[in-house]
Amino acid sequence: MGKSLFQKVWERHAVRTLPNGQTQVFIGLHLIHEVTSPQAFGMLRDLGLRVAHPERTFATVDHIVPTDTRLRPFRDELAEGMIVALEQACREFGIRFYDVGSGHQGIVHVIGPELGLTQPGMTIACGDSHTSTHGAFGAIAFGIGTTQVRDVLATQTLSLAPLKVRRIEITGRLAPGVYAKDVVLHVIRRLGVNGGTGYAYEYAGDAISALSMEERMTLCNMSIEGGARVGYVNPDEKTFEYLKGREHAPTGAAWDRAVEYWKSIGSDPDASYDDVVRIDGRDIAPTVTWGINPGQAISVKEAVPRPEDAETEAERASIREALEYMQLTPGAPIEGTPVNVAFIGSCTNGRLSDFREVARYLRGKKVAPSVRALAVPGSMQVAREAEAEGLDAIFRAAGFEWRQPGCSMCLAMNPDKLIGRELCASSSNRNFKGRQGSPTGRTVLMSPVMVAAAAVSGRIADAREVFGI
Amino acid sequence: MALPKIVKVQGRAVYVPGDDIDTDRIIPARFMKCVTFDGLGAHLFHDARFAEDGTSKGHPIDDPRFQGATILISNSNFGCGSSREHAPQALAKFGFRAVIAESFAEIFFGNATTLGMPCVSVSHDSVLALARAVEADPAAELTLDLEEKVVRTGTLSVPFDMKPGARDALLRGEWDPIGQLLDGANDVRAVAERLPYLHF
Repeated sequence: MGKSLFQKVWERHAVRTLPNGQTQVFIGLHLIHEVTSPQAFGMLRDLGLRVAHPERTFATVDHIVPTDTRLRPFRDELAEGMIVALEQACREFGIRFYDVGSGHQGIVHVIGPELGLTQPGMTIACGDSHTSTHGAFGAIAFGIGTTQVRDVLATQTLSLAPLKVRRIEITGRLAPGVYAKDVVLHVIRRLGVNGGTGYAYEYAGDAISALSMEERMTLCNMSIEGGARVGYVNPDEKTFEYLKGREHAPTGAAWDRAVEYWKSIGSDPDASYDDVVRIDGRDIAPTVTWGINPGQAISVKEAVPRPEDAETEAERASIREALEYMQLTPGAPIEGTPVNVAFIGSCTNGRLSDFREVARYLRGKKVAPSVRALAVPGSMQVAREAEAEGLDAIFRAAGFEWRQPGCSMCLAMNPDKLIGRELCASSSNRNFKGRQGSPTGRTVLMSPVMVAAAAVSGRIADAREVFGI
Repeated sequence: MALPKIVKVQGRAVYVPGDDIDTDRIIPARFMKCVTFDGLGAHLFHDARFAEDGTSKGHPIDDPRFQGATILISNSNFGCGSSREHAPQALAKFGFRAVIAESFAEIFFGNATTLGMPCVSVSHDSVLALARAVEADPAAELTLDLEEKVVRTGTLSVPFDMKPGARDALLRGEWDPIGQLLDGANDVRAVAERLPYLHF
């Protein structure tokens, strides 16, 4: 019986069985940012420890960095303090910091791949649950807490238990106007927000092979929203092509050795899995959320559920709570729901191909007067490349604000926030209560092209009709 | 590193009902602008507890009957969402020492147990039975017995599940792994020697 990529990577990185019964696992790449990491350096200092492998940790700022002005000090003193703490820690411990001055600052899950830091067959950890993004390259990548950030800094290892592996095959071709975002929302809808607990998700099948690397990142990014801490795609020629020539990618003879290793760690054709799920890609439509978790999703053509249609009292209670918060009518179509804000960005959908795809359809269109629209590139490199192609001009002409890179309105730890009960059509990853900065703000998750359709229409709309896709 | 063995947690409990209570609900992101975890307790469940004008919404943890509760009871997929350790830290700083729920999100579970806060899973019916007991007598003490894998209060006793590794680590006082990880330094070097991508 063959092995899955997860098993192969796990075995290569397993150091030993710890007295606590878990496995000590080597971490190949550690990424840190200003919100969950400064406290870990404090713990390190308290214990009198050093950073074991400063060359394997890379830092940037993304969560709290303002996207309107970069003038220091930031107006928000607390935000300024967190960034200063990270700057000091990086200097003290000799960690490479991709700050604004480096020209490569950006959302940690955007810059890792674009710098070529993220590579197949690695273990990757970061104090952020969307670290699963890096699984797009065939890495085992997962979010960790701050105490674990301390563990990686001090030892370059973590104490972990192995995961089961569920292969999710998406067969066939996706229909026009259907994107990786729709695929992952569909998967979470079907398997549940906790269906992946204890599992790594291996995404496979023709529809997945056909996805670009950036779309695979969108897919793996939201694995955690389905409860799976890890999601990955086996590496292929697209993976290698994406990495070639990037700053931290190997070159010359080292490149050939790297490709040899990367090819060797893919799942064997006869690998065994703990579970297999097959979904026909042709069944997936543009998908939007209607509730307060990412599993509460429907096709844009469906009606919002009615509590009485659910089977258990717990489900009925969940639907009632979600509908009350979202102020939606049970049984009414989701299409046509007025939106106040449109947000395109985040570690889920803030990459060059996202802005390119939207620009294709946005050219010559206008954002509805009632809508505040934000486009926030995921990194300085994404911004430079988009601007070089004139994409920023298309967004601005349509009525979008074109901002500086950061997490922005995905979690609103910066000045970009919803106000009151505003409803946001958002390309981000979480529609939790209060997620976008207002305790009563409402989020409807969807693909960037669907956000553009909502922005132009002033309402949740089917992008295929709005843009003639 | 010598840590206390966590064999039993005893205390009064409070029931916070709901499936999928996410980490943004437990500690909204805007309160994470801090370089230590010390002040997080005040903001636990903030937006579920307080209206925007600061008035109380009557959240169970603010109910006078449940003041001083140290055990939180909830439903399925507790702690889903982000990896923020701020969530279990906020619970701990508020005074909670254990969580009983139908199930837990994985990252939250790991973060909480690494802080020495047991997270134990019981059936849906057991959650409701415990909630009824607590509601009937808020002063009643619960005992979470990690050796016997049961939660007891009065005449009620319900079994719980917990990942064996995490439970053993609490029982043996080895819930913070840093000491054991540091002890493995020689083996770590050997693995690093063998990893292809460190030597391309």
